[in-house]
Amino acid sequence: MSDTDYNFAYLDEQTKRMIRRAILKGVAVPGYQVPFASREMPMPYGWGTGGVQVTAACLTPADRLKVIDQGADDTTNAVSIRKFFEKTAGVAVTERTAEATIIQTRHRIPEVPLTEDQILVYQVPIPEPLRFLEPSEVETRKMHALEDYGLMHVKLYEDISRHGEIATAYAYPVKVEGRYVMDPSPIPKFDNPKLESAALQLFGAGREQRIYAVPPHTRVVSLDFDDYPFDPSKAPHACALCGALDSYLDEVITDDAGGRMFVCSDTDFCASRRGEAA
Amino acid sequence: MYVAVKGGERAIDNAHAWLAEERRGDTDIAELTVLQIREQLVLAVNRVMAEGSLYDPDLAALAIKQARGDLIEAVFLIRAYRTTLPRFGASHPVDTGAMACDRRISATFKDLPGGQILGPTFDYTHRLLDFALAAEGLEVPEAPQGAPSDAAVPHVTDFLAREDLIQGEPDGSATPRDLTREPLDFPADRPLRLQALTRGDEGFVLSMAYSTQRGYGRNHPFVGELRIGTVPVEMDIPELGFAIELGEVVLTECETVNQFTGSKTEPPQFTRGYGLVFGQTERKAISMALVDRALRWEELGEDNVGAPAQDAEFVLYHSDNVQATGFLEHIKLPHYVDFQSELELIRRLRAEAMQATGQEAAE
Repeated sequence: MSDTDYNFAYLDEQTKRMIRRAILKGVAVPGYQVPFASREMPMPYGWGTGGVQVTAACLTPADRLKVIDQGADDTTNAVSIRKFFEKTAGVAVTERTAEATIIQTRHRIPEVPLTEDQILVYQVPIPEPLRFLEPSEVETRKMHALEDYGLMHVKLYEDISRHGEIATAYAYPVKVEGRYVMDPSPIPKFDNPKLESAALQLFGAGREQRIYAVPPHTRVVSLDFDDYPFDPSKAPHACALCGALDSYLDEVITDDAGGRMFVCSDTDFCASRRGEAA
Repeated sequence: MYVAVKGGERAIDNAHAWLAEERRGDTDIAELTVLQIREQLVLAVNRVMAEGSLYDPDLAALAIKQARGDLIEAVFLIRAYRTTLPRFGASHPVDTGAMACDRRISATFKDLPGGQILGPTFDYTHRLLDFALAAEGLEVPEAPQGAPSDAAVPHVTDFLAREDLIQGEPDGSATPRDLTREPLDFPADRPLRLQALTRGDEGFVLSMAYSTQRGYGRNHPFVGELRIGTVPVEMDIPELGFAIELGEVVLTECETVNQFTGSKTEPPQFTRGYGLVFGQTERKAISMALVDRALRWEELGEDNVGAPAQDAEFVLYHSDNVQATGFLEHIKLPHYVDFQSELELIRRLRAEAMQATGQEAAE
C-alpha cells in the first residue's frame, strides 16, 4: 500500500466527518453511547476497529501517536496499529506517554496523569454496561433513557451477598457526571480513578457501532455502596524491574516450578523510572 | 535477570513472510490463477460476492486466492476494499421479472407460463465422487443446445395476486435505509432486514431458516418460485438526463408462498417471504426467504412464539460473519491485564473461603 492509494489516515473525508459528528455529540452528552455508521476496516472487528476509526478521525499531520495494548507499546496488536497509521497517515509516533498527542489504548490507562493537550482513545469490545444483564439493545437503550439502573445495583448487591465483595475485576461500571452508567472498556478497576482526567477520553466500538466520550475534568464515579466503597485493588507487590509500588503489575511466570515475578504493565512508565529511553 | 518480552514487530513480519510461503504451497505444483478460480470455483466466488456485498467476480477470485480458500477471510478482504470505494450514485431497481433465466423452477405449479427450467443444478446428481475428475485434461462433453425462448417468464406470485389470494406488498418508492452507511437501528424495517440477510453468513441464515422448519417459528413455506439469471443494471447519468445500462449481474431470487390462516389484523391468505442474492446462490436465497418470512410476524399480526428466527435483534446482530469472526477470534489477542485482575480476585475470594472453612473446622 503506497501513501497515495488511500486518503490521509485511511478513511475518506466524508466518513471522518461522520465520525467527528458522533464524537462531538458524545462530548456534549458525556457517557452516552452515540450510534455511528462504523466502516469495515482492514483489521478484524475485535482488534480495535472502533478505536482506529476514532483515531483516524482525530489525527492531524502534526500529531504524535502512541499505541498501547495491555499497557505495552510492543505487543503485537499495538505494533500493527501503530504501523497502520505510520503508513496511512505518515504521522510521527512515540512510545513516550508525555510526548504523545493522541494515545490509542486497549485495556489500560497510562500510569502518568495525562494533560489537556492529549486525547486518549479506547478500543471497546462491548460498549453497553448493561449487556450481560439484558441482551436486547432496544431494552438497554430504554433503560439508559429512563436512567433505570436498578438492575445493575441488584447485580452488585448480589455479588456482595455471595462473595463479600463486588466480583468485577475489570470493565468495572462507572457513572459519568451523575447521569449515564458507562462501560470504561476492559481496563482493570485499578485504572478507574484515572478516568477523571485532564485529557479528552474517547471510546470507539466498531462492531457495535458506538462512540462515547468523557470530556476533560468530568466526574466519573465507580459504582459502589456506602458500606462497600469501591476499592481499586492490585497485586500486593512491587515491580521487580523498577520497584514501583503504585503501578499496575503483570504477573510473569518464570519457570515451571511456580516461580513468578511482577512487572509494570505500563512499559513506558517502567522504562522511564529505570532511566531508559523506551 | 528477566527482560520484558520484545520483538512483536519482527515476529509479525516473519509470520507474514511464512504465511505468504504457505499460501503458495509446493512450488513444484503450478500456481493457481485468479481466472481459474473465477471460472472453476464459481460458487465460491458467488458466495464471496454475496457476503462481501460487492459484485466483482475477478476481485472475489483474487480474495479467495489471497485467503487460501478461507471464504470468510475472502469476504472480509472484499468488505474492507469495498468500504473505501466512492459512492457516485444508485442504480434503478432491477426488474427480476425480465430476467434472462438460466434456471427457473416453481414447487407450487406443475406447469406455468415461461415453463420450468432446471438449469445447471446439483439437485438430481448422485453424490458419488467422480474419480475421473482427478485426472486432468478430460474433455467435457458438450451440453445439448436449444434455442433460447423469448417467452415472458412472469412471477408466480403475480398469478396469486390476481386472485387476491396472496398478501399485497406496498409500493416502495422511498429510498431504503443503507445498512453500510447508517448504524443498525431497531425496529428494523423490511428493506433493512433484507439487506442484512442477503450479506449475512450463509451457514447462519441456513440454520436460522432450518430452525423454522423444525418448529421454532414454523411458517409453512412453499417455494413459489426460484429463478437464477441475468438482469441489466441501469443508472441515471445526470449529465445525460436519461438512464443507461452499466452492465449485467447474475442474481438468484426466491419467493416463498406461505400458508397463513389469518390473524387479528389480516384475513386468511398466502403470505410472502423473499430472498435475493448475488450470483447462483440458491441455498442462501431460499434460506433468506424463510427467515424474512419469520421476521414478519409483527406486521402480519402473528404471535411471537419466542423463536430465535422471529427475533430481529438476534438475527440481525449475529448474521454478519465478518463481525462474528472478528469478535470471536479477538479473544486470542493478549488479555494479560484483565486476566491478572481476575487472578487476584480469585486468589482473594479463595483465601477468604479457605479461612472461613478452616474456622468452621476448628470450631
